[in-house]
Amino acid sequence: MDWLTALGFGERGWGPALLQGAIMTLLVSGAGLAIGAALGSLVAWAKLSGVRIAGAIGEGYAALFRGLPELLVVYFVYFGSSALLTGAAHLLGVEGFVGVPAFAAGALAVGVISGSYQAEVFRGAFLAVAKGELEAARAVGMGRWLMFRRIIAPQVLRYAIPGLGNLWQVALKDSSLISVTGLTELMRASQLASNATHKPFAYYVAGGALYLLLTAFSDRIFEFAERRATRGMRREAT
Amino acid sequence: MMSLDFIEATFMRLMAALQVTLSVWALSVLIGAFIGGGVAWMRVSGVKPLEWLARAYVFVFRGTPLLVQLFIVYYGLSSFPVIRASVFWPFLRDAFNCATLSCALCTAAYQSEIFRGALAGVPPGQVEAARACGMSSFLLFRRVIFPIALRQALPAYSTEVISMVKATALVSLVTLWDVMSVALKIRNDTLVTYTPLLIAGGIYFVVNYLIARVFIFLEQWLSPHLRSRSA
Amino acid sequence: MIRRSVLGAALTCSLLVLAGAASAKDWKTVVIGMEGAYDPYNLTDPSGKIVGFEPDVAMDVCARMKVECKIIAQDWDGMIPGLEAGKFDVIMDGMSITDERKKQIDFSVPYADVAAALATAKSSPLAKLAGAGKLVNFDKDKAGGAATLKALRDALKGKTIGVQVSTTHATFAGNHLKDVATVKEYKTTDERDLDLKSGRIDAVLDDETELMAMLGKDDAKDFAEFGPRLTGGDFGIGVGMGLRKADADLTAKFNTAIKAAFADGSIKKYSLKWFKIDTTP
Repeated sequence: MDWLTALGFGERGWGPALLQGAIMTLLVSGAGLAIGAALGSLVAWAKLSGVRIAGAIGEGYAALFRGLPELLVVYFVYFGSSALLTGAAHLLGVEGFVGVPAFAAGALAVGVISGSYQAEVFRGAFLAVAKGELEAARAVGMGRWLMFRRIIAPQVLRYAIPGLGNLWQVALKDSSLISVTGLTELMRASQLASNATHKPFAYYVAGGALYLLLTAFSDRIFEFAERRATRGMRREAT
Repeated sequence: MMSLDFIEATFMRLMAALQVTLSVWALSVLIGAFIGGGVAWMRVSGVKPLEWLARAYVFVFRGTPLLVQLFIVYYGLSSFPVIRASVFWPFLRDAFNCATLSCALCTAAYQSEIFRGALAGVPPGQVEAARACGMSSFLLFRRVIFPIALRQALPAYSTEVISMVKATALVSLVTLWDVMSVALKIRNDTLVTYTPLLIAGGIYFVVNYLIARVFIFLEQWLSPHLRSRSA
Repeated sequence: MIRRSVLGAALTCSLLVLAGAASAKDWKTVVIGMEGAYDPYNLTDPSGKIVGFEPDVAMDVCARMKVECKIIAQDWDGMIPGLEAGKFDVIMDGMSITDERKKQIDFSVPYADVAAALATAKSSPLAKLAGAGKLVNFDKDKAGGAATLKALRDALKGKTIGVQVSTTHATFAGNHLKDVATVKEYKTTDERDLDLKSGRIDAVLDDETELMAMLGKDDAKDFAEFGPRLTGGDFGIGVGMGLRKADADLTAKFNTAIKAAFADGSIKKYSLKWFKIDTTP
């Protein structure tokens, strides 16, 4: 089977399967990043709030999920939540195994991991906001919500974008671990194809090329966001 | 399964594999820092061809999974007779060299972006003031830019360093057996589902926690003026 | 506020249901987990369907048992947790029956047993090893086995041999060859074969069907099998289905069906189709 047939869209070609895998990767990573942003900002806020209990919990969450290998987190999130769901289902009389939908479990796992890193990014970005601006806002009598909306959020986002860009790439790669939930994303699709055709080189390269495409696409978006967010800011430092 | 013997035996095997994990990690982070610094410098140099090269490098090495990079460096390169005959072959023949090289190239891309972001976060006002005082470029870098950028880079940098510890779990692709891979191997041989993974998880957690602590200490040491900050 | 009596009734009902669920299962449907990435035992075709030796055997055996079998894809890492959690009831994934594994799960009788063989470059001194093609059974022929092992160890001294991780070949190499040769373990056979071709390893030890498939390709024309074929001992008694220990009744059903499938030659038919040789244990 030559290269064109193997990667193409004909009957024995793996083209469609790889593309489907790529789309799945995109979706799971996106959902994961969103969940991570929610969790991450919560944890960053907890750490910065000065309330010791909140800070400790945030610290604990971040330490736990940064320190554990991602594969283990995916396992525990998937099988743990499935066990909980099955237990609840048994109480209601449903027999057998009730699994959490693979997509939800995968996105949740990616999100939980991403959140622990995003907390650091948000925290660092917040600390980069000029202290003077916060003082001035308070001096002028801005309420907390207004201050957040007009001063903190825009600037935090501005400083966080390079870090978030990094973490999006990380989320894309982390999504390659969720195949344990049964979801076929890009890496798994490449491996299935490689095994079926005994052409590992072709499929690693094809899979890599597709990841590159996903990256190129997202890079564009992040660059655009960075440029817009830093409008009017002088960035020269060298 | 939960017998103390099994747990102890597994723990000893995993600790032995820790050496593989840590040596690949340490070398690749160090080498990656140098390469990453170089790439970041190219990126902000103002010389268009260098900038473009740096951007391409970051694009390729951040955009593809490390697994693919490992595969190409170890299996891909060796499939070309011209490489096998070249002066690089004694180096590339060895799995450890290939794994470390590949991981270094990968982390360099991420590290260069961190450096770039940190440099961009230096307040331009301070740079202007320094130049107005007549500081030379080198003094400016040493006394203003570097300290500030270093401080800003630390959170993201600690993230990357810890990521690399876990990324070393992929090197089993090229026949190196690190902690995670040995744990999975024990699993496959004995079919004991969770115990090897829990022990491995514990080991990774402790290592990563220690690294994180070091970085927190560094952060606090370098930014006394930010310590009383709150929202 | 839910009234106490209603709560009590609800609790009792759920307890009864749980009790009912705990009694012996009436097997109408059986869910089988396969990787779909272990050619030719099971592989995935571009449309996502799992095909191969094991799906054929599974369908045949299930028909004999008059149960409906569902095959679902699961990657290896999630296979055992999935079995234990109840996501599926059987694992069929070219799993060798070993004593170590029997501590955790039950196995059916073996439905295939492929002898192990060695391959190397035609130009290598290893290619001249005596006893080429002869089948040596370590269980049945202790003396012959010992002699073969000694010859193998002498030939491999200082050389590098490649095996796939977590296979009986890896166990054999680890037990008997590690002190004289360098043993390199690979996650997949494709990768190991790449290293054989690039010269990083001198020899490979694997299922003879796997080697036949590899050597049949164009880019392997400089390589060939060498030495004896090996079975028994560390190589085990073959490949079997994995089931939970609690489901002994299901295991018994499968055993009956498998034996029947051997008796009328069905499994041999599938074996010839996928392995090109007869793998009856």
